[in-house]
Amino acid sequence: MSNCSDVLIIGGGVIGCATAYYLAQKGVSVTVLEKAQIGEGGSSRNGGGVRQSGRDPRELPLAMKAVKNLWPTLSEELGMDVEYYKKGNLRLAKTAGHIKILEGLTERAVAKGLAVRMIDAKEVRDICPYLSDEVIGASWCDTDGHANPMLTTLAYYKNARRLGVRFITGENVVEIRKIKGVARQVITADNVYEAPQIILAAGYESRAIANTIGIDIPMNRVLLEALVTEPQVKMFEQMLGTAEADFYGHQSTHGSFVFGGTSGMDAYTSDFDVPVNNSRTASCICRGIMNYFPILSEAKIVRTWAGWIDECADHVPVISFVEEVPGLILACAFTGHGFGISPMVGTLLSEMVVDKEPSIDLSELRYNRFKTKI
Amino acid sequence: MKKIMDRSIDLGEFLPQADDEMIICRCEEVTKGEIRQAVHDGMLTLTEIRRYLRTGMGLCQGQTCGKLVKNIVARELGIAPAELESAVSRAPVRPVEMRVLGNEGLENEVLTGGGGHV
Repeated sequence: MSNCSDVLIIGGGVIGCATAYYLAQKGVSVTVLEKAQIGEGGSSRNGGGVRQSGRDPRELPLAMKAVKNLWPTLSEELGMDVEYYKKGNLRLAKTAGHIKILEGLTERAVAKGLAVRMIDAKEVRDICPYLSDEVIGASWCDTDGHANPMLTTLAYYKNARRLGVRFITGENVVEIRKIKGVARQVITADNVYEAPQIILAAGYESRAIANTIGIDIPMNRVLLEALVTEPQVKMFEQMLGTAEADFYGHQSTHGSFVFGGTSGMDAYTSDFDVPVNNSRTASCICRGIMNYFPILSEAKIVRTWAGWIDECADHVPVISFVEEVPGLILACAFTGHGFGISPMVGTLLSEMVVDKEPSIDLSELRYNRFKTKI
Repeated sequence: MKKIMDRSIDLGEFLPQADDEMIICRCEEVTKGEIRQAVHDGMLTLTEIRRYLRTGMGLCQGQTCGKLVKNIVARELGIAPAELESAVSRAPVRPVEMRVLGNEGLENEVLTGGGGHV
């Protein structure tokens, strides 16, 4: 089989799979190169939040449009239940300091046109009666929600594959190479692939790959951990978080609760080649959950796992053409909140390839926005 | 996962088998037919199957069905089971209550020389 296509996507995560799907729908021939397996990075290791609240104003329009236009019909479109719930997001507060943090976030989101507001303890309990009495308020966005990231990624993959996208796993990309001043070849450990358009969506590993063509995105690899309980009686459908991000999560369709979090020591305990759980983190997350949900203290933890996020210097992604490297589009540095906007990002990337311009202004997410402090 | 795998391979038509209704993963109630269909849907590694169908994601964490799933997938792909990498085992080995897992009391007891170890 020929190693040439219209578009080469590096990275078989939710961004790569969604982009491949939307491109194939537009009749573009696509090859996706993935180092490990489908959805192996952050795509299968996140809390499943489909949030607008709490987002930076620069990426908020993507989240709002995804929630308005794409998520509600995604299961139907992909012929697979991606377990999307649009039942709201509660960000909980226990102290006056927490309330202050949430008021700041809420104010900035309202300025961008998002319907999010502060609610008092009584209203919080009306929405979710299972919380600790210590909760004194929350921010509430009733159009937020959650979905199953593994199923979403695999649904995009399955449909893209059905539309003729060629997925090759086990291909370790080592270099992007220019021909006559234009990005054209992707060199892997074993093969060479060619396309006039290359999209780099390889999470944290995008940094090293972009470096081979002289581009650097300031991002770090940060470890997050998650855990899941045995199935519980159906309790609530909201996405949950706290002002200080002690934990975040939701109850899944399956009945289990999925929660993510950190220990605060992660930067010092995660220096491994693969993401590994630290023995203290799950315990820490459990304490955080029980502080807000004492009712879950008897729920059994079945499984824990860890994953890397590609944390950008300014905590929003890079979705951008690269002036010095025609033919290359970057889609990385999602900083742990790429899943919720992935259907929109896939749509925009397909527009950047086909129409040469995205339908939402992405100028604030450009690759060359990073400056030193003085 | 180092092996290069082109996902466009043609496995031919999905043909139903007499025992497709047989439950393979008892915790999550996944049948043999569903596992075979998942392979035809493009889920070609045990981890992808697990994320797609929840096989081995239940209370026993695949300790019962892990081998069976591997054999079914291998047969569907026409390869030896040994060629498939097992899904990663995750802590804890057995389900643990949050109040137990979240308890770091033992550490304090050791530091203060307190007794009470059972």
